[in-house]
Amino acid sequence: MLFGFPLLSLVIWLPILAGVAVLATGGDRNAPLARMIALVGSVAGFLVAIPLYTSFEPLTSTMQFVENHVWIERFNVHYHLGVDGIAMPLILLNAFTTPLVVIAGWEVITRRVSQYMGAFLIMSGIVNGVFSSLDAILFYVFWEASLIPMFLIIGVWGGPNRVYAAIKFFLYTLLGSLLMLVAFIYLYQVSEGSFSILEYHKLPLSMASQVLIFIAFLLAFAVKVPMWPVHTWLPDAHVEAPTGGSVVLAAILLKMGGYGFLRFSLPILPDASHQLAGMMIALSLIAVVYIGLVALVQADMKKLIAYSSVAHMGFVTLGFFLFNNYGLEGAMVQMVSHGFISAAMFLCIGVMYDRLHSRQIVDYGGVARRMPAFAAFFMLFAMANSGLPGTSGFVGEFMVIMASMKVNFWYAFLAATTLITGAAYTLWMYKRVIFGAVVHPAVEEMKDIGAREILVLTVLAVAVLGMGLYPLPLTEVMHTTVDDLLAHVARSKL
Amino acid sequence: MNFMLPNFAPAYPEIFLLVMVCGVLMADLAWGDKKPGTAYLLAQLTLFSCMLITFGTLQPGTVHTFSGMFVDDTLADILKMLVYITVSVVLAYSRTYISDRGILSGEFFSLALFATLGMMVMISASHFMTLYLGLELLSLSLYAMVALRRDSAGATEAAIKFFVLGALASGFLLYGMSMIYGATGSLDIASVTKAIEGGVISRGVLVVGLVFIVAGISFKLSAAPFHMWAPDVYEGASSAVVLFVGSAPKLAAFGFVMRLLVEGLGAMSGDWQGMLIILAITSMVIGNIAAIAQSNIKRMLAYSTISHMGFMLLGLIGANENGYSAAMFYVVVYVLMTMGTFGIIMLLSRAGFEADKLDDYKGLNRRNPWYAFIMLLLMFSMAGIPPTVGIYAKLSVLQAVLNAGYTWLAVLAVLLSLIGVFYYLRIVKLMYFDEPETDAVIAPKGDVKVLLSANGLAILAFGIFPQSLIALCTYAIQQSA
Repeated sequence: MLFGFPLLSLVIWLPILAGVAVLATGGDRNAPLARMIALVGSVAGFLVAIPLYTSFEPLTSTMQFVENHVWIERFNVHYHLGVDGIAMPLILLNAFTTPLVVIAGWEVITRRVSQYMGAFLIMSGIVNGVFSSLDAILFYVFWEASLIPMFLIIGVWGGPNRVYAAIKFFLYTLLGSLLMLVAFIYLYQVSEGSFSILEYHKLPLSMASQVLIFIAFLLAFAVKVPMWPVHTWLPDAHVEAPTGGSVVLAAILLKMGGYGFLRFSLPILPDASHQLAGMMIALSLIAVVYIGLVALVQADMKKLIAYSSVAHMGFVTLGFFLFNNYGLEGAMVQMVSHGFISAAMFLCIGVMYDRLHSRQIVDYGGVARRMPAFAAFFMLFAMANSGLPGTSGFVGEFMVIMASMKVNFWYAFLAATTLITGAAYTLWMYKRVIFGAVVHPAVEEMKDIGAREILVLTVLAVAVLGMGLYPLPLTEVMHTTVDDLLAHVARSKL
Repeated sequence: MNFMLPNFAPAYPEIFLLVMVCGVLMADLAWGDKKPGTAYLLAQLTLFSCMLITFGTLQPGTVHTFSGMFVDDTLADILKMLVYITVSVVLAYSRTYISDRGILSGEFFSLALFATLGMMVMISASHFMTLYLGLELLSLSLYAMVALRRDSAGATEAAIKFFVLGALASGFLLYGMSMIYGATGSLDIASVTKAIEGGVISRGVLVVGLVFIVAGISFKLSAAPFHMWAPDVYEGASSAVVLFVGSAPKLAAFGFVMRLLVEGLGAMSGDWQGMLIILAITSMVIGNIAAIAQSNIKRMLAYSTISHMGFMLLGLIGANENGYSAAMFYVVVYVLMTMGTFGIIMLLSRAGFEADKLDDYKGLNRRNPWYAFIMLLLMFSMAGIPPTVGIYAKLSVLQAVLNAGYTWLAVLAVLLSLIGVFYYLRIVKLMYFDEPETDAVIAPKGDVKVLLSANGLAILAFGIFPQSLIALCTYAIQQSA
């Protein structure tokens, strides 16, 4: 443990300052400089986050790397940071993804480069803030602030229908989070003037108020995850967003919703969580089964992966509300693994889009003949997306299915259908795009991936395989936190 | 006969300002043609001196003078300071704009200073008559400022509407005051409070009087359903005047509400709370929904003002210090945002061109990323999105509402403000997502460049460190309670 050194602040503010520096390079004349600063800043952001893992104390569930300063005296708001075994992996995931996004946009983005790179770096810092805030208002500020860069990324660099998608993304998310704010202020009243999340964990609450607060939180987090039926913004946002935007959206921003359940809903409202677990499980299973079927019929590759994200995140929420060890840990593994896999899938689609400027499956066919190296990478990620053993996609899904088996056979049965539908939609898409004869002359022109793309995809491939074969480094840091969280949720607050 | 000279000290700033306004008029007559900037400089100098005088005469307690008609307390001092700063910035923003339109004359500045005097009197009034005098001095100056562009049909129409409706509202207010006088036998705020608390007077008469007073106040605040003048005045009057009308007078109006409703009729808070709730809800509904349909940014901002005033009123319904300081914070933040927004509008306007259509903001990010960024901050702040200061304004008020036990009202306010986010986002969309229609150069003068940048960054800086501003408002309210 590094006592006294404000490591978390550094992890938050270094990317933000680097982002401001990138913005300061100004117009596209200085684009090479902007790219350079962005790369250095994002890699530095990842490097400073590594001590969070190496100095992490896995045998305790108390908050680590804590910083606590009074921020707004009037409302007793604190600049209170700290991470546990749930938050720390997500911060690392975020810090890991940012350099990949910067590299992925290296040559592709030619318009307003500094603003593009700056937005990603600032967002990266903000999201680290979301995962490390221990004060409700601080959390809320980071949470909402993350909307602004993403809104601009979709709206400025997005596809033809980007305005609709950007505004839908913003308003959907805001609707939920405003109610969360009301819930926070309500808790502030009940706790007689505290915005400390850890205080809220101990705060006794009546059933009625727990249920109401649960619903307010649910709206905020369910939109973000997204859960059925409030998922409709996600396909729109993904389809219109530039590749980097889709990657961050799927890999990082969705995790904020999942994290919210673990940090707020479960520990603050244990009784309401148990009470409403049936509903949550039902919604999760609908996402897994129904959205999986919806993904099957998509003609647009990005939309297909977007729906597949919703289905995979269904596993995450399912795991949360089973209230057992396997479920929660599996959900966490699934979140991190989905971060890698969805990032890789969107990057692969981005690789093809950069060459052909189409995301329609029918416009492709026979890509393997022209791009063999790419086809190999894409194969690995498609397999991971369908949950093949040996890839990270398998571990989380398997753990959650095991956990649901303990609770109810039919939960497990329905959840397990994903092994069929997931394989079906991913591999069928892969087959139509990659194999077969070259039908379109444009495909004939496609060049295989270059060094930059190979670098990004290799890093992700290593992550996906590494986590699939040896998930222990990830699960061991969250063990104690998950156990203590479950013990906490099991205690009634009434 | 025993004649005692009153204590002038608490009113030094007002007296100084009055003398200086006459000076500005004279100076403009003498040198206005040769050196058109004279009046501007003198006005700025006056405001700066007023700031020094108020600062120099700061005292911790409450001092009454002029037989109890005038009061100087912490709330008054702080509000006046904010008014000076606001007016000073407004004049700086307006200078190029009004010079391009040929109204850079002594009249504009002397009217602005007269209006400032009116605001100061309102803020420091401790008698219904003083309140009314201050209000009328402010209102009459504003009517004249709106009408200053004689050749513009829109401005004249706006001025007439403003004047007729404003006179009506003043009538309401006077009528209400006369009923209070009838019931309590006094117009002095302290005596009125005492009489009401004594409890032997006819409640019916008091409540009827209160209804008229609240109606008059809502007109001045442009709270629905007494908001009709605002969109027309905002659209018709020149942007410089709209900025003036929309900024500092809101601070004065807050002072007015504090003196009249809280200090004077605080004992009847049970009666006016309900009225304010209705006003707040209608304002937020009408303001937010009507703003969506606008294609003129000034009209849109008028409706946005209406909804903001509704939100501010929510702070008052708790009828406690917590709520008052929340409302005061909201007003201060609102004024900061309005200044910046109209600063940008005037920045984009040129001689013979008003940037008042939403489409004029298309592609601003391409034309000038810095001012687009400032406008982005302002819009997100108005929408209440962190990390801008707007969120803390909303947070304070919502906290006060929940503290007063109105959970449903807080949820409703939040949902209505979600509607509001849409039209602020639309401006951001135009600036960032669309291509520019013109490539006219945006080149502000040095002082405007600095001020506007500082204004925009203040939105961000107070968004990250809101403590000082919140503490100031809390202090002002606590000291004067």
